Amino acid sequence: MTGSMDLPAKGGFSFDLCRRNDMLEKKGLKLPGFRKTGTTIVGLVFQDGVVLGADTRATEGPIVADKNCEKIHFMAPNIYCCGAGTAADTEAVTDMVSSQLQLHRYATGRESRVVTALTLLKSHLFRYQGHVSAALVLGGVDCTGPHLHTVYPHGSTDTLPFATMGSGSLAAMSVFESKYKEGLTREEGIQLVAEAICAGIFNDLGSGSNVDVCVITKGKTEYLRNHQLPNPRTYVSSKGYSFTKGQTEVLSTKITQLKQTVEVAEGGDAMEE
Amino acid sequence: MGSQAPAAAGGGQTQRTQYPYVTGTSVIALKYKDGVIMACDTGASYGSTLRYKSVERIKAVGKHSLIGASGEFSDFQEILRYLDELTLSDHMWDDGNSLGPKEIHSYLTRVMYNRRNKFDPLWNSLVLGGVKKGPKGDEKYLGMVNMIGTHFEENHIATGFGNHLAIPILRAEWREDMTFEEAVKLVEKCLLVLLYRDRSSINKFQIAKITTEGSTIYPPYSLKTYWGFSHFENPAQGAVGSW
Repeated sequence: MTGSMDLPAKGGFSFDLCRRNDMLEKKGLKLPGFRKTGTTIVGLVFQDGVVLGADTRATEGPIVADKNCEKIHFMAPNIYCCGAGTAADTEAVTDMVSSQLQLHRYATGRESRVVTALTLLKSHLFRYQGHVSAALVLGGVDCTGPHLHTVYPHGSTDTLPFATMGSGSLAAMSVFESKYKEGLTREEGIQLVAEAICAGIFNDLGSGSNVDVCVITKGKTEYLRNHQLPNPRTYVSSKGYSFTKGQTEVLSTKITQLKQTVEVAEGGDAMEE
Repeated sequence: MGSQAPAAAGGGQTQRTQYPYVTGTSVIALKYKDGVIMACDTGASYGSTLRYKSVERIKAVGKHSLIGASGEFSDFQEILRYLDELTLSDHMWDDGNSLGPKEIHSYLTRVMYNRRNKFDPLWNSLVLGGVKKGPKGDEKYLGMVNMIGTHFEENHIATGFGNHLAIPILRAEWREDMTFEEAVKLVEKCLLVLLYRDRSSINKFQIAKITTEGSTIYPPYSLKTYWGFSHFENPAQGAVGSW
């Protein structure tokens, strides 16, 4: 492709570096892993709005990287999004769409709609052909009513009355499929969501720790961080842990000055520009 | 799995299942007050085709046990033949004692593990349940063995997809000493979720129970499904262009 390359790429994903990555891998370079969320995220529609729920464990392979992370991301005052998959991807994508929504709110002077967030997310994810590994449960209430959608990493979406995503999605879905009905009250909705997340926490190894819940209704959003803590630290030494001076035996002391003298030059040359 | 026999293997070492062809999906079982209840659907798939729709995947073994199987159906038939031989020779002893569920579970574990060690597994997950009079009265027993020989005993068992969809429900809602009606309701709850979310299950189920009186395998029936959510009616109503 001769000629100038001044124009920025119009869109789409540039796959140039993929060949280089493949070549490096064949030469023996170990590519860095990514932190996955290994998650249970759920959402359901109740009579006045939407309830979203998530667990709080972030895993890096077999290790728990963050035992109380936040998986329910802010999109707009009336729209929240739960994210499963690669933590960086879900954070970046939701932050990006959240900013775009705010700019859009300034431009239109209106409250954001859930379809807007949905379309922005799905078009971004589709452009990246599944390489942005973000599986999202998007929920909110706008002027057209309550909405709940799931967005898959490749860009497809579903509109559902109840949805689950993540490694614990089957455990949570079994709770929803057996107990969901239309027209739940707020308390019933929160209870069902908490039960579904707990099913994920206790039956899926990738999910754990606490339950986060977010209730969105017309005009009001409540983010109940750590709504339930079903995994408390059960043993804490009653005597407490003290590390007073004198507990550790000091064998010898040697003090080394870092600088013997410091010379201060009076009226020295000013630093050259 | 799926190790290939080396082309020049010395002596015609017959190998059977390297990967399954005709498969049955999940089996669920749980202990209740009078014994053990076991249920599964009556379908057998050939890859992604639903080939057989009236297959009995739960059978009685001897006087005291029920066996349910998921996985390769021909291997299940072979296992039933082994069990026939076992129960026949046990009967011929004519000593007033008969093999209980624990013994049969132990036998099956040895068979499965042995086959796995020869790289020729019986591609099944077996559920073994039963009741037999023991030193402490009627002892209920429920256990499972899978194709690599992993075996354990539990109050509630599920194989295949049931592990992901039914076990969370069973762990939350199983209680000691459930009546038969309660046990059936719980099992139906799990079967319904499996029907909705497992692509290889069909809406035709069989429940079987075993008590000290003996085993009963009920005729197949179907469950009512609910599709009337308002969101299912016009999903794109609030989000034009989505589905």
